[in-house]
Amino acid sequence: MAGLLLSPTEKNFILQGVQDDFRSDGRSNIDYRPMELETDVVSHASGSARLRLANTDILVGVKTEIDTPNPDKPGLGKLEFFVDCSANATPEFEGRGGEQLANSISNMMQRAYHSSQAFDLKQLCIFEGKQCWKLYIDILILECGGNLCDAVSLAVKAALFNTRIPFVKAALMDGGNIDLQLSDDPYDSKLLNVGSAPLLVTLCKIGDKCVVDPSAEEESCSVISLVVGTTGNSKFYCSQEEAKKLPNVESKCSTIGMNGAGSVAPKTLKDAIQQGLEAAKSLDKALGQALLRERQENISFKKHSYGFLK
Amino acid sequence: MPATDLLSSQGLRLDGRRPNELRRIRCRLGVFTQPDGSAYLEQGNTKVLAAVYGPHQASKSKLSTEGVVVNCQYSMATFSTGERKNRPRGDRKSQEMSMHLRQALTAAIKTELYPRSQIDIYVEVLQADGGAYCACVNAATLALTEAGVPLRAYVCASSASMAAAGAGSAGPEPLLDVGHVEEAAGGVVLTVAALPTTGHIALLEMSHRLHMDYFDIVLSRAMQGCRDIEVILDRAVRDHLAEGWTKQDVMTI
Repeated sequence: MAGLLLSPTEKNFILQGVQDDFRSDGRSNIDYRPMELETDVVSHASGSARLRLANTDILVGVKTEIDTPNPDKPGLGKLEFFVDCSANATPEFEGRGGEQLANSISNMMQRAYHSSQAFDLKQLCIFEGKQCWKLYIDILILECGGNLCDAVSLAVKAALFNTRIPFVKAALMDGGNIDLQLSDDPYDSKLLNVGSAPLLVTLCKIGDKCVVDPSAEEESCSVISLVVGTTGNSKFYCSQEEAKKLPNVESKCSTIGMNGAGSVAPKTLKDAIQQGLEAAKSLDKALGQALLRERQENISFKKHSYGFLK
Repeated sequence: MPATDLLSSQGLRLDGRRPNELRRIRCRLGVFTQPDGSAYLEQGNTKVLAAVYGPHQASKSKLSTEGVVVNCQYSMATFSTGERKNRPRGDRKSQEMSMHLRQALTAAIKTELYPRSQIDIYVEVLQADGGAYCACVNAATLALTEAGVPLRAYVCASSASMAAAGAGSAGPEPLLDVGHVEEAAGGVVLTVAALPTTGHIALLEMSHRLHMDYFDIVLSRAMQGCRDIEVILDRAVRDHLAEGWTKQDVMTI
């Protein structure tokens, strides 16, 4: 963060606060700042979501296409992440300037979604070995105010929750060709099961404790951050009756990454991962509640669409 | 040749508008905090974001002692069109659009005030449903106003088309603000970026062919559209400024 100057005393104040689990803006170490989330903002996409966390603004659109599955994974669909750093965020992203950051985020997301326990690709299968759905998850970074990974993973999960895939009937014709039958009704579609989709939590190491969602001041006190990707819990994304039928699953760590110049002691690392799991769980729960509430409003036609006009 | 089936016998267009009606325009200034000026504009289903950075010191290669260098970048989100786009920018169409944007906006900016400087204008199309260029120019004007860049006048863009007299349809009649369906139907599209207060035309572009007899009425309809848009933009700017003023008042008290 350029232009931010902190005196040693101020830094010490932040550091002491983190040690006592009470940060300078009143949050605890695993609390996020307030976020704004809206789904279904782009009508040309099958699913979309816009998330604003402090100064970070993310727009995600999901588009679907029919593709042939990989020969070594005949029963699975495909996911592709594409991150575009818009020059609106900062002039440095003009032309191909944002490509490096974009690639690192899309790789991180790809890795987090790779596990079958994170996202079940079987639900994208149309006809085993012949046809499957390919989801293009396009992430547009409109404003860049730090904590990108967390915001992107939340927006992607919300967009996938909002995604509708048309019902397709597939039949094998002679000659090995596939005959696809699509319904005339555009509302004849299914929702994806995204409950277990992973969330990324960035933990910023300050002293020997870690904090999530650091403010600019806190970021300047830290030299290394850890990104932990954990699988979600399907129970948070369905009604209470359905949740009772689901088996209990513990969230699992699906990816870990590190950013920054510093280093971490093994003990701190272990604590940090545990803290990341906890933060992800409360985040997952809050996201599930928000998305279910929005869907309910949508069904009862009470939803007011804001987009960027608010 | 003007397309024949763009107007119904009742004189309504494919999306139910009358020939001289714009699509609904909704806009907001100051969507983002980091750029010096930003705006969001919706014209029907076309949705555009614009951000302005500057004026700041120009990079060595672009520096001009005559006046400010206007740097534009047009980019389309990969999910903005019906079919997914592979690249958000860098293709031929985006580069052409960037050039046209610069052409229209340089005409409006008082470039001579900032020699050796540069203004960056970035537009991002979130959803394209015809008339993306017009929406971009209008959004960029709002963003420039919010950034406090001195302008000669608002620069507004509008498109117009021509419906021929067909069997059972009312016509010939020029159509204002062409949507995607009408563009795809193959009619002529005349895009005009103008400074309505002075009446100057900053950019004019036409696709397909049009009989010279019709040119004047199509152009005047497009210019009428520019004037209508100017009123809307002006009101948005005034509303935004009034809002900002009251907020500041509260802060000082």
